[in-house]
Amino acid sequence: MTDMFPQQIDVALSVNGEAVEARVPAGRHLIDFLRLDLGLTGAHAGCEHGVCGACTVRVDGRSVRGCLMLAAQAHGAEVWTVEGLSETGEIADLQEAFVARNALQCGFCTPGMLVAAQELVASAPAPTREQIRERLSGNYCRCTGYEAIIDAVEAVAQARAGGAAR
Amino acid sequence: MKASVGGYARARDLRHALELLSVAGEAGRVLAGGQSLVAALNMRLTAGDILVDISALGACRGVDDAGDSLRIGALTRHVEIAEDPLVRAHAPMLAEAVGLIAHAAIRNRGTIGGAIAHADPAAEFPACALALGAEFEVESLSGPRTIPAAAFFRDTFETALAPGEILTAVIVPKAAEAEAQVIEEVARRCGDYALAGLCLTRRAGRHRLALFSLGPRPMLAERAMAALDAGDMAGAAAALKAEIDPPSDTQASAAYRRHLAGVLLRRAAARIEGGAA
Ligand SMILES: Cc1cc2nc3c(=O)[nH]c(=O)nc-3n(C[C@H](O)[C@H](O)[C@H](O)COP(=O)(O)OP(=O)(O)OC[C@H]3O[C@@H](n4cnc5c(N)ncnc54)[C@H](O)[C@@H]3O)c2cc1C
Ligand code: FES
Ligand code: FES
Repeated sequence: MTDMFPQQIDVALSVNGEAVEARVPAGRHLIDFLRLDLGLTGAHAGCEHGVCGACTVRVDGRSVRGCLMLAAQAHGAEVWTVEGLSETGEIADLQEAFVARNALQCGFCTPGMLVAAQELVASAPAPTREQIRERLSGNYCRCTGYEAIIDAVEAVAQARAGGAAR
Repeated sequence: MKASVGGYARARDLRHALELLSVAGEAGRVLAGGQSLVAALNMRLTAGDILVDISALGACRGVDDAGDSLRIGALTRHVEIAEDPLVRAHAPMLAEAVGLIAHAAIRNRGTIGGAIAHADPAAEFPACALALGAEFEVESLSGPRTIPAAAFFRDTFETALAPGEILTAVIVPKAAEAEAQVIEEVARRCGDYALAGLCLTRRAGRHRLALFSLGPRPMLAERAMAALDAGDMAGAAAALKAEIDPPSDTQASAAYRRHLAGVLLRRAAARIEGGAA
């Protein structure tokens, strides 16, 4: 029976565009796998039950909670973290806007915020402030009071929409 | 906290999943989207579970047109239900409900089958299924069976699913011409579980009203439905408040929940009046 239900699972996946093979404990979360095994410490582990959003990463094109997915379930998946999204330049404008508007202080929430915000801005060309608030409601920030974050995301959405129209 | 898991296996197909589940016995647990189960494992509400991961069973994912009904695979994710054109056209309440469930990142992985099997009394999909008269297809090594929503939800987190059974699909009757379907809830913050909620349909002058977060399981409010059929709105609100026995907890008192039920019924009824008769 232990043969059928191993405690250590082999996974092969892609992380930030690179192929990764590993053997992970059955109960290992994706977020701990990324942080502790791969050294990708951008996304954080906060509440570990899906509420705070600090662990948000992109899996197969959509934002997910790194604390609510087992690393074993990521077999065959394409995972992107803030490190990879920074390197490709995909979120460079969001990052600049966060800095320009003081949308981060301690930075604990920021990697998760960026992944969540990028998913919204990439799918809805001109989100209202209400929509931005709704989308980021699953990402807690204990420092900024949120207004600056909404401002930054709104500015990027408008800039991208303007750029596309021209 | 970290999850404590007794073992893990990834099912290749439904048959394999059922066999794994039968070998695992009492400790066996189906793992779908993991958005409730992994949270429970992390909080050590459950430990030592042997996980049978069904999340890669492509055959149980997606929405099919089955003539008079839609067949929604158990592994169809919340976000896919919101975006699906068949659901939007023929079961709009389900698509609307998705906007009220958790946050985008959770909707991106949570599955309708997981939400139904989990049977949280505060969850939207179980109440929708009851209001829409849905049926659930389940499969075990001894074969398939179909369970109507009205016979499925037994108590808080308790369903008619037997050990070794996997929920494979949700069968939802298509909305009739001019049928109205709405869902209304009150939550403290966007994405929170509802303090109180209800699902209301009107088909050819007949109403169905299913409640969530107002009792130990989703329930039909039959006396309020009769009053709505008779066109007696005030009577319906009074009947609703009289026929429920909502819980008191740290989120809301029973009296507040009862008050909310009346408010939500008025809101839902007002939206339905806006539609065709
Ligand atoms: C922060 C947060 C907020 C949330 N808010 C809401 C909300 O407002 N409303 C809401 O409805 N939900 C909410 N959820 C829960 C979410 O909708 C889950 O996705 C859902 O309850 C379970 O689906 P899952 O696919 O993730 O199931 P899992 O977590 O994988 O499984 C849940 C349970 O169902 C069983 N199971 C799963 N699939 C099957 C199957 N096919 N056959 C038999 N048994 C099965 C599992 O064994 C387990 O016991 C929230 C979750 C979080 C973390
Ligand atoms: S650590 Fe995952 S949501 Fe808080
Ligand atoms: S910047 Fe500190 S938590 Fe958001």
